[in-house]
Amino acid sequence: MGDIWSWERAWEVLPELLRGLVVTIEATVVGMVIASILGLFIALAMRAPTRWVRVPLKFVVDFIRMTPLLVQLVFVYLLSPPWVPGLVIGFIVLGVHYATYMSEVYRAGIEAVPRGQWEAATALNMARGRTWRAVILPQAIRNTLPGLGNYAISMFKETPFLFAISVVEMYTAAQQYGAGTFSYIEALTMVGLLFLAVSYPTSLLVRRMEIRLA
Amino acid sequence: MSDDFQTLIDRLPGLADGVLVTLQMTLGGAVLAMLVAVVLGFGSRTQTLWVRGPSRVVVEFFRGTSLVVQLFWVFYVLPQFGFKMEALAVAILALGLNYGAYASEVVRGSIASVPQGQWEAATALNMTWFHKVRRVIFPQAWALMIPMLANLLIQLLKGSALAYYITLQDVNFWTVELRRATADTIFSYTAGLLVYFVIAYLLTWGMNLLEERAKRRLGRGTRPSLRETLGLKPKAMYAPKVPEARGAI
Repeated sequence: MGDIWSWERAWEVLPELLRGLVVTIEATVVGMVIASILGLFIALAMRAPTRWVRVPLKFVVDFIRMTPLLVQLVFVYLLSPPWVPGLVIGFIVLGVHYATYMSEVYRAGIEAVPRGQWEAATALNMARGRTWRAVILPQAIRNTLPGLGNYAISMFKETPFLFAISVVEMYTAAQQYGAGTFSYIEALTMVGLLFLAVSYPTSLLVRRMEIRLA
Repeated sequence: MSDDFQTLIDRLPGLADGVLVTLQMTLGGAVLAMLVAVVLGFGSRTQTLWVRGPSRVVVEFFRGTSLVVQLFWVFYVLPQFGFKMEALAVAILALGLNYGAYASEVVRGSIASVPQGQWEAATALNMTWFHKVRRVIFPQAWALMIPMLANLLIQLLKGSALAYYITLQDVNFWTVELRRATADTIFSYTAGLLVYFVIAYLLTWGMNLLEERAKRRLGRGTRPSLRETLGLKPKAMYAPKVPEARGAI
């Protein structure tokens, strides 16, 4: 074991991994902001009265949801002009991919608002926009917070896919170190442990939030 | 564009190979994941700390470290310890362990939502633990868990695209090769994504059939079965006999 695992190398690679961790967290936060805003718009558009909006939108959403994120990332990367930084493409593709998941969370959240709330708003003669903003969405969004947390954790663990479009996040940093020194063991193991160190406490927090909001 | 389609048609045999590899990973990974999920799911429910503790640790470990890291760890690091595996085996192992950990939570949750009375009734009938689970508890939990397992199966299919980077020639590989041959990014990647979409759609459809079957076996089916639709016997023959309600005695 001693000759395979070297603590020296593990310490040596750590600063680069932490720099990668910052990029990983950046991608998760920006991606999640895009996903939660776009997801809400998708969920609202899915309630459009006309089928001409719903059916095409449903197809696009299903298509994005059921095809691999990795292939989508490479696709958009190859299509976009070379001056667009890979990280920006990562933000957008992660955001759009998770927006399709988030739209389901919002849909469930909106449907969970009791009918009586709609009726009460109608009885108070509220305008449609005001009903949404002041009555429905505040309750719906509260329902969606645990889902949002779970998807944030899941997105965090999918950011290593950005290696395919040469963004130096945590995994790519380890890969580069491994390719340079021919020893992947320390770098890759440390990346895994760092992922665990961030995602496990976050998932505990989300679970507590789930219990408190339930 | 017509050249593109000609190239696509020439490359259909390659697509068949790619789809086969992707399906091998997806289904192999799913079978391994299900085994892992049942073991860990039941392990996380036991009273004994010596079983529950390790089960929880394994589940949280595989859920917490990313699939990408696990796959490349198995591919790059395990050989240094003397475990050399074929790339396909690496992909199935990594996908099965990762999604098995997710699925174990589904199994645990579904087992927990089978009413306690079912356990008690099975105990009253003097069934052994294995018999109880196999005949009473698992069939009910199975119907509950299929929709969530279907989601995980699609996730697993999407995760399998990663295998291109450990030298496997799957659908992703085929897409990259098609792009090289046609020099048309939009065409080739749309084709590749469509292939994934069709596979995912068929898998979802298959899982829906499984769910319907599982519900039917519990007597909660919503649609007539194929046998009932095509069979010659009238439907009433299959209807369960319900004793007629009588007035108060």
